[in-house]
Parts: sequence; C-alpha cells; structure tokens
Amino acid sequence: MKKNWWKVLAVLIMTYVVLKGLLGTVPRQPILNESIRNVYFHVPLWFAMITLLLTAAVYSVRYLRSGRPDDDLVAVEFTNTSILYGLLGCATGSLWANFTWGEPWPNDPKLNSVAVGMLMYMAYLILRGSFDDEQRRARISAIYNIFAFAVFVPLIFVLPRLTDSLHPGNGGNPAFGKYDMDNAMRMVFYPAIIGFTLLGIWITELRVRLGRVKAALDD
Amino acid sequence: MAESVRQMSALMRKEFLLEWRQRYALNGMLLYIAGAVFVCYLSFNTRRGQLSPIVWNTLFWIIQLFTAINAIAKSFVQERASRQLYYYTLISPQLIILSKILYNTVLMLVLALLGFSVYAFVLGNPVQDVPLYLLTLILGAVGFAASLTLVSGIASKAENPATLMAILSFPAILPLLLMLLKISKNALDGLERNSSWNEMGTVLAIDVIVITVSWLLFPFLWRS
Repeated sequence: MKKNWWKVLAVLIMTYVVLKGLLGTVPRQPILNESIRNVYFHVPLWFAMITLLLTAAVYSVRYLRSGRPDDDLVAVEFTNTSILYGLLGCATGSLWANFTWGEPWPNDPKLNSVAVGMLMYMAYLILRGSFDDEQRRARISAIYNIFAFAVFVPLIFVLPRLTDSLHPGNGGNPAFGKYDMDNAMRMVFYPAIIGFTLLGIWITELRVRLGRVKAALDD
Repeated sequence: MAESVRQMSALMRKEFLLEWRQRYALNGMLLYIAGAVFVCYLSFNTRRGQLSPIVWNTLFWIIQLFTAINAIAKSFVQERASRQLYYYTLISPQLIILSKILYNTVLMLVLALLGFSVYAFVLGNPVQDVPLYLLTLILGAVGFAASLTLVSGIASKAENPATLMAILSFPAILPLLLMLLKISKNALDGLERNSSWNEMGTVLAIDVIVITVSWLLFPFLWRS
C-alpha cells in the first residue's frame, strides 16, 4: 500500500476531474460555449505527453550512461504511452476544433508540428523494429530518441509561436488562462494535469512490468 | 587544440580524396540534381517564369531536400566497417562526426549552388534579393548536413538504410525546411532584410542544437 498511494491518488483525481469536468459549472463564453470543458481533457493530455516524452529521453540518456537493458525498456514504454496520449490529444483536439474553428483539422502550425512530432516517434518504433541484436537496438534507438526530443522541443514550442496560429498562447494570441478561465475552472484544470500524468505513469509501469516478466521468461 | 585541428584537416583531406577517387558518386549526385530539375521543368511544362513564386520556391527546396538525403545517406556506408574501426582507433569520434558534417556541408553547398543555377536557368529566376537567397542556401546546406549526418549514421547501422534514412530524416528536417522556405520566400519577394532576422536566428539555433546533439551522441553510436 505504501508504494501504491499514487495510484489511489490518480484514481481519485481522475474521478474528480471527470465528474467535475462534465457536471461542474463553467463560464459561458461566445463560440466556446460548453466546449470549454475540453480544456480539462485536451490540454492536460498534451502536458502529460510532454512530461512522458521528457522522461523517456531521460531514461534514454540513462541507458547510454549505464547500459542496463531495463532503462531501455522504460524509455520505449514511456514513448509508447506518449504516442497513445498524442493520438488521444489529436482526437479531443479535432472534436473541439470542429465546433469552435469549423473544421476538424484546420491548417494550423501547432497541429502540423504535432503531426510531424508523432511521425518522428512512429519512425522511432520502426527503427526499433529493424534491429535483431538487442543491445544494438537499445543503443541506437536511445540515440535517436534523444535526437528526436531535441528536435521535438523547438517544433512544438518555438515554431508555432513564430507564425499565426489559432491556438491560444501562440502567434500573439493571449494564453487561454488569461481571459477565459475562472478560478473554479483552475481547481479542476491543475489537478487534471497531475491526474493524466499519473495515469500515464501507471499505464507505463504496467507495460514495463509486463516487459520485465517477458524478459525473465526468455532467459 | 592544434593537434585536433591537424587531425581535422587530415580527415577532411581524406574525405575529399575519397570522393575524388570515386568520382562516379559525385558525378551521380550532380546528374541527380540536374535531372530532377529537368524533370520538374518538363512536368510543369510551362514557359519560363510562369510558375507562381510559392510553387517555384517550394519545388526548389523539395528538390534540395531529396538531393540532400541522397547525398548524405552514403556518408557512412561508402567505407567498410573494418576501415571505420581503424579510424576510431586513431582519433576521437567527435572529430570524425565534425569532419563528416563539415565535408557534407561543402558537398551540399556545391550541390545547392549547382541546383540553384540550373533551376534558375531552365525555370526562370524570379528572385529579387539574390544575396539573401544565397545566404539561405548556405544556411540550408549547413542545417541539412548537420541534421542528416547523424541520421545517416543511425540508419547505416540498420538492415535497410535507404528506407530508414527517409522516414527518420523527413520529420527531423521539417522545422528547418519550414524556416528556410519562409526566409527564401522573403528573399524571393525582395522584402526588407530585417523582416527575416527572426527566422534566421531560429535556423541558426536549430543548427547549433543539432550539431551539439550530434557531438554528444556520436561517441555512443560508433561503439555499436
């Protein structure tokens, strides 16, 4: 129980976020209307995804320094979970964009950057598939993972801010929190970030344990 | 310091000698870019100067991108594994990756300038600010060389380097390509120079990030 408190916390936070996010009162804004609730789901998914990718990159660095196969396993599972979160983030985002911007995939730099980022990480999975030797696979995919993260950061954070974007906080738009969110919403939004991150760690942990069992069985 | 400069120059000399002795590869690249330009020219089937500037510019950079991928893909496969092992016993891996990047930059510059002149010759030259456009070509050559060299090193370790090279490098090169397209579009329209400084700074920053990452990661790559 001592080690599992954060799982309980994740369940509690996510229950709170889902209930409060769907039932709680929200400020009524023009155009956004009720779809402002998506801020509890869409935005935290991306925040959590970036945290998970950062963790994956850190584990890749650790693998290169120590050479333990376990670090590689953790890195790849964190990347897998991030890709899942990225797909969910795209899905919730296009739902939202459909109602507020008029089409599910508007030609927006942030969307396109993210799509490219996802391609990069899918290429990572294909790269892993093309090696037979396990050590070699681990080493080279760790190198690519770090490289990909170094490209991913300017892609997501710098480029969309240089051009005109529909997203809040980009291209001279005010950030979302400035005008649209009230304090009641923040009480749900900030826990949602923590909740989604914890949930991602949990999913990853299960997959890592499965991978460890498989590795032990192979030996 | 002086020692590593000497080693660098020896490595560069080796790269150039190698290229010069296997001239078919170099000639192949030159013919590739000329052929690609000509295919585009015939496919659009326009008279000179009838492409809109956006199409003209984008098409040119797409040709550059494919040429770069093809030219740089071979930087780690043209020498045998045992010979590479021999180099690694002689000098530090950082110097090897730097010399490869530098050599690929020179190669890309030659290809880019040749590509630009052939392209402007057959499809017309609507560029209003030629010096800025040339500067973009130089920045592009450095950026392409820097980011593709490490990727080609990664891809060369795998089973099917050609496919992997393409799928690994397209996303990695895209931020750079978008910025370059923007600057070169500014040069094409003859906008004020200071409207491009921001993008130029971004391109330089990306170049620095990529070169630093290559410098840090390559020692791990060659060990496998």
